[in-house]
Amino acid sequence: MKNKSKSVEPKKPQVSIQMTDGVLIPRKDNNHVLNAWRITFFGALLVLALLVLLKPDPYRDILLVCIKGAPVTFEASILAMVFTVIIGVITGLGSVSKHRWINMISGVYVELIRGIPLLVQIIFIYYAMGRFFKIQGMIAAVTALSICFGAYMGEIVRGGIQSIPKGQMEAAIALGMSRTQAFRYVILPQTAKVILPAIGNEFISMVKDSSLVSTIALSDILRKGREYISRTFLSLETMLVVALIYLIITLVLSRLVGMLEERLHQNG
Amino acid sequence: MAKIVIKDLCKQYVTNKANIEAVRHASLTVDDGEVVVIIGPSGSGKSTLLRSINKLEIPTSGHIYIDDVDVTASGTDIRKIREEVGMVFQSFNLFPHLTVLDNITLSPIKVKKVPKAEAESLGLELLQRVGLKDKAQAYPLELSGGQQQRVAIARALAMQPKAMLFDEPTSALDPEMIKEVLDVMLDLAKSGMTMLLVTHEMGFARAAADKVVFMDHGEIIESGKPEDLFTHPQSERTKSFLDHIL
Repeated sequence: MKNKSKSVEPKKPQVSIQMTDGVLIPRKDNNHVLNAWRITFFGALLVLALLVLLKPDPYRDILLVCIKGAPVTFEASILAMVFTVIIGVITGLGSVSKHRWINMISGVYVELIRGIPLLVQIIFIYYAMGRFFKIQGMIAAVTALSICFGAYMGEIVRGGIQSIPKGQMEAAIALGMSRTQAFRYVILPQTAKVILPAIGNEFISMVKDSSLVSTIALSDILRKGREYISRTFLSLETMLVVALIYLIITLVLSRLVGMLEERLHQNG
Repeated sequence: MAKIVIKDLCKQYVTNKANIEAVRHASLTVDDGEVVVIIGPSGSGKSTLLRSINKLEIPTSGHIYIDDVDVTASGTDIRKIREEVGMVFQSFNLFPHLTVLDNITLSPIKVKKVPKAEAESLGLELLQRVGLKDKAQAYPLELSGGQQQRVAIARALAMQPKAMLFDEPTSALDPEMIKEVLDVMLDLAKSGMTMLLVTHEMGFARAAADKVVFMDHGEIIESGKPEDLFTHPQSERTKSFLDHIL
């Protein structure tokens, strides 16, 4: 029973989804973080530029070799992200489902994946798939990354769905909609807006963690670097460049996510 | 239009602390075209009773008939009932990601498969009726509370319901906005709509209700014509409640 004196403000829910892993996303109103971002980003650019300009041998060479891995890193990350979102939406819907079995399956999937280190999962999935199918490195990498990240995304989607006020579902079904229609036309469109920044954040994690797939056959940035090391034994120099490349990519992405978030806030 | 009959309805919640009987053996009839107002203190089971009618709450026992169809029977298509019974909530519950017009046309288009153009022209007509035609393209959060609630009423009407349920429709509104919503509801009552309301607006009850029902602790204590119940309450509990609020 509702309290008479309680005034319900028809405000949009202010939801922020906390991520344990991932970068601090700089927003304009957050000067401290934005300044830290600027210092790190321009510092990294400056260091990389100075190394390449002042000591072209071996840094120019290293950069040219390693950067060739970037398209592979992006391809794996983007493909894996698409499947991650699909798996995440299914898992998220599963964990708010009224069917006990579907609920249980998503729950077990999430618990299972969250309890095993990503690297172990990737290697396991790669060998498991290798036992039964003959597959390319890219497909193995994308499959492994999607299955792993799908569980976390499922939790993000579930959190997003549960952040939508209960009244929305009630209003939709009171208008005669089925639960499926209510999810499709009322709940999920609102969820998408709430979780978009979190998806961006996951994508940044994906770019970083895709380096783990260099342990299996995928010539991404890290793999290119390690191949270079095995040829030249310039381990410290190469890893410095590899680290700087990842850093610059993630910082650009985190700023983009920050801008996206600002726009979402502006649009109410 | 529709007749709503509630027979011996009970609703219990089981929490880990206690067994709460929200509604106890409530029986109530709303005749075709009648306006019935339920009053009572907070926690007296008014909203639970109202929300049982379109099964937003599942009653523990008892029966509810809408035009002789048993809502509580397991074979009943509850979605069909919900199409025919409009509901207005205390917190409006407009869909914030859709424009006012899309809020109104969503369900007719998706549930009743009304062609889009037809749904929109009906939607605009209803917006005209609640005095918000110029807000068709606005988003709910750009509107005041009173305007949002009027849109919510228009949205419920767009399904062309046989009866309307109002769950404290003005409780979340600032005083100066209550009148604009009540005016729309009065207009609706005059048009012969069957209405069942939970409200604290005694002025509305006096002006529009055919019957006022007083509930306390999940039970219907008494009911009668507003002038009788307000001036000569039979029960002590009704009397003390009315003394507090009038």
